[in-house]
Amino acid sequence: MLALAAAGTLILPPDALAQFFTPKAGGSPNANDIASLYRIILYIAAVVFVIVEGALLYSVLKFRAGKAKVAAQIHGNTRLEIGWTVAAALILVVLTIVTFVKLPGIINPPNSGATATFLSASVTRPTPPNGKALTICVQGRQYIWRYTYGNGCLNNAFASKLPYSFQEMFVPAETTVVLDIQSTDVIHSWWVPSLGGKVDAVPGYTTYTWFKALHAGALYHGQCAQLCGDQHAYMTALVRVLTPSQYLQWLSSQEQAIAAANAQVTQLRQTLTASGSL
Amino acid sequence: MSATTETGLRPTPQLIAHKVERPRQTKRWIDWVTTTDHKKIGIMYLVLTFVFFMLGGVEALLMRLQLSEPSNTLLSGERYNELLTLHGTTMVFLFVVPVMAGFGNYFVPLMIGARDMAFPRLNALSFWLLLAGGIVFYTTLFWNPPYAGWWSYPPLSSIQFSPSGGQDAWIFLIHLTGISSLLGAINFYATIVNMRAPGMSWGRLPLFIWAILVYAILLIVALPVVAAAVTMLLTDRHFGTHFFDPTAHGSPVLWQHLFWFFGHPEVYIMILPGFGIISEVIPVFSRKPIFGYKAIAASTAVIAFLATLVWAHHMFASPVPIVVLGFFMLSSFLIGVPTGVKIFNWIATLWRGSIVMTTSLYFAVGFIAIFVVGGITGIFLATFPVDWQLNDTYFVVAHFHYVLMGGAVFSIFAGVYYWFPKITGRMMSERLGKASFWVMFIGFNMTFFVQHALGLSGMPRRIYTYQASTGWGTYNLISTIGSFILAAGILMTIANVARSLKRGQVAGPDPWKGNTLEWFVPSPPPANNFDVIPRVRSVEPMRDIRRQIERETGVTQKTGGSERFARV
Repeated sequence: MLALAAAGTLILPPDALAQFFTPKAGGSPNANDIASLYRIILYIAAVVFVIVEGALLYSVLKFRAGKAKVAAQIHGNTRLEIGWTVAAALILVVLTIVTFVKLPGIINPPNSGATATFLSASVTRPTPPNGKALTICVQGRQYIWRYTYGNGCLNNAFASKLPYSFQEMFVPAETTVVLDIQSTDVIHSWWVPSLGGKVDAVPGYTTYTWFKALHAGALYHGQCAQLCGDQHAYMTALVRVLTPSQYLQWLSSQEQAIAAANAQVTQLRQTLTASGSL
Repeated sequence: MSATTETGLRPTPQLIAHKVERPRQTKRWIDWVTTTDHKKIGIMYLVLTFVFFMLGGVEALLMRLQLSEPSNTLLSGERYNELLTLHGTTMVFLFVVPVMAGFGNYFVPLMIGARDMAFPRLNALSFWLLLAGGIVFYTTLFWNPPYAGWWSYPPLSSIQFSPSGGQDAWIFLIHLTGISSLLGAINFYATIVNMRAPGMSWGRLPLFIWAILVYAILLIVALPVVAAAVTMLLTDRHFGTHFFDPTAHGSPVLWQHLFWFFGHPEVYIMILPGFGIISEVIPVFSRKPIFGYKAIAASTAVIAFLATLVWAHHMFASPVPIVVLGFFMLSSFLIGVPTGVKIFNWIATLWRGSIVMTTSLYFAVGFIAIFVVGGITGIFLATFPVDWQLNDTYFVVAHFHYVLMGGAVFSIFAGVYYWFPKITGRMMSERLGKASFWVMFIGFNMTFFVQHALGLSGMPRRIYTYQASTGWGTYNLISTIGSFILAAGILMTIANVARSLKRGQVAGPDPWKGNTLEWFVPSPPPANNFDVIPRVRSVEPMRDIRRQIERETGVTQKTGGSERFARV
């Protein structure tokens, strides 16, 4: 297996191999904290793996009947058995402590950077210490994600005339973004690996997650992680990170585009109604 | 009877069982269809489940072919989802769980010194219900197979999103195989509790029997829950209830709780009998008593208890409060302790043994080597913040195939090579067996090790295609090639079985120098199993019998000759 990994190193470009042993991260502090927690477990696991597989291989090679004519008739060793039970338990205690030390950084959002100006307060969602975050509603449906930008998106995504977009999400950098996640049909799962863990979008429930994108200009890929039907594979998501000023610009241009499209539809409807086709 | 002991390595232990047969009055196939003999039923279980194993394997290979390159068009999304549902359901409900019942059926009465199961007719009913379940499920191939995955999460499995009868066939399958397993479990429990040989106290019960006992208890605990859940799904689909319907204040999360309350014990239902096989095979071929018998038996029971307390670790990304996630992380960590204890005990059994490297032991050692990886990745997944990244990705696919394919299936193969001589009276080819092991071992690791990397680089499970720009192509190609190597290895064992049925060397009653009572009777055993049931004085009664004969006759007891596999 390790040989395979080594062979992979030779064949593949290094960036493709970055994820051979560790999860994607780098886009947001929560993703980074998950990755560092993962790495701690990986190191402990590697030690356990080497010891156990080593002992197994050694005993199978060393104690062949050809060499070891007589088998030692041992029925057990209470002290040894208690020893390894306690050792296994201790490792897990350590992992538990590490997890709970890391947990606040993963579930509690930090404050936004000073440049962010479009924040609003909220009490029901995961909130940063100063209570201010940018809210984006994420709505899963077969087979596309819809994003509604701004506070109040949860209450009435359509009537409040908030700007929205499909599949590609635009977010300002250095800003704590809280996602309110819902589904209109079956269960989906929101997941952009570089920006943190996945959260199921379950019809009838609202779930939350957050991220704080670190690098303006970055584009992150994700996709639905819960089987949601035939075209599950094509339910992808993109998150484009803008600077706060670019974000405001994008918001207004998106609002205009939506207004223009709505006007066009209204006009078309009038034309069709007048001509009797509707 | 006389033919079966011609091994050339006489004298064998004195046999005290004889074949008693009434003259054949009916056709051979009628014998099989009407039989209540636990051995015949056991063989039918094993053959039928291996047929399903082949079907499930072909489904897996088709999926691997589809994923071998980006944007492949071999299968549509719908076909792919049908295949993944068929594959998962087949392997869980029609292969791993019932194949263990097959081994259990054949060997529980023999190992505890009983003449049959407690309820022979019920036993036959269990088998025929399993067959019925398989038929109901597989006939959907000609209409509309279900495509909501083997968990059938609503609303995807609701009438609105899965209108075809395939989903109902799935529900019917769960009911039929569920009743089959439930009756089987009651039968095992009654047999083991009541029909043990004189002297076989709980402390002398073979570890495989411990495993089957706990398997039976877990089935009895878990199956009614899934039976209730699928009945609720059925009434939701057809009779106007709204248990899981979010548009009428039902909850899809309720289904997840009910399903996984069954589903996680199911994982241990699949693996515990495998642990039992390993605990039998390793001491026999190490020529050593099992290290820490009590610890292994106790850890089996502890695993079973904890198995009912870990279900929500399948739901770490579902709407569940953080406190609950913490609880299920800790309980899942805890279950690692008894599992680790077992692995340490097996290695300690090999330690300072006089190891005879038979194919069966190859598979047993391969099982441990692979299962360790599956256990370790389980710890990653139990840590819920890490699981938020890994859940529902190929990392999970790799993890549970390390546990169930590399784990359970390798233990099943260890059992096949170990017990084939008892069931058929003939040895399998060791050379072909070892070749089969290496091909399987290499193919398995090639298929599934890279899937960890796929998951870590963001590939969700159950997608039927992906774009080249994701960079997942190479790992997927490696995995696909590996899967075909794995399949070739499995076919080598099937070929070995087919060849050895007729041409295998005659095994004799005790080819391996076994420890347990099934080696006391001829191979294959007569219908009545035992003329005289020996008194059991230790956990290794057959060893005691051999020693006693040696003491009384002064002749060193050679056996069917597993010594020949001892490499110098």
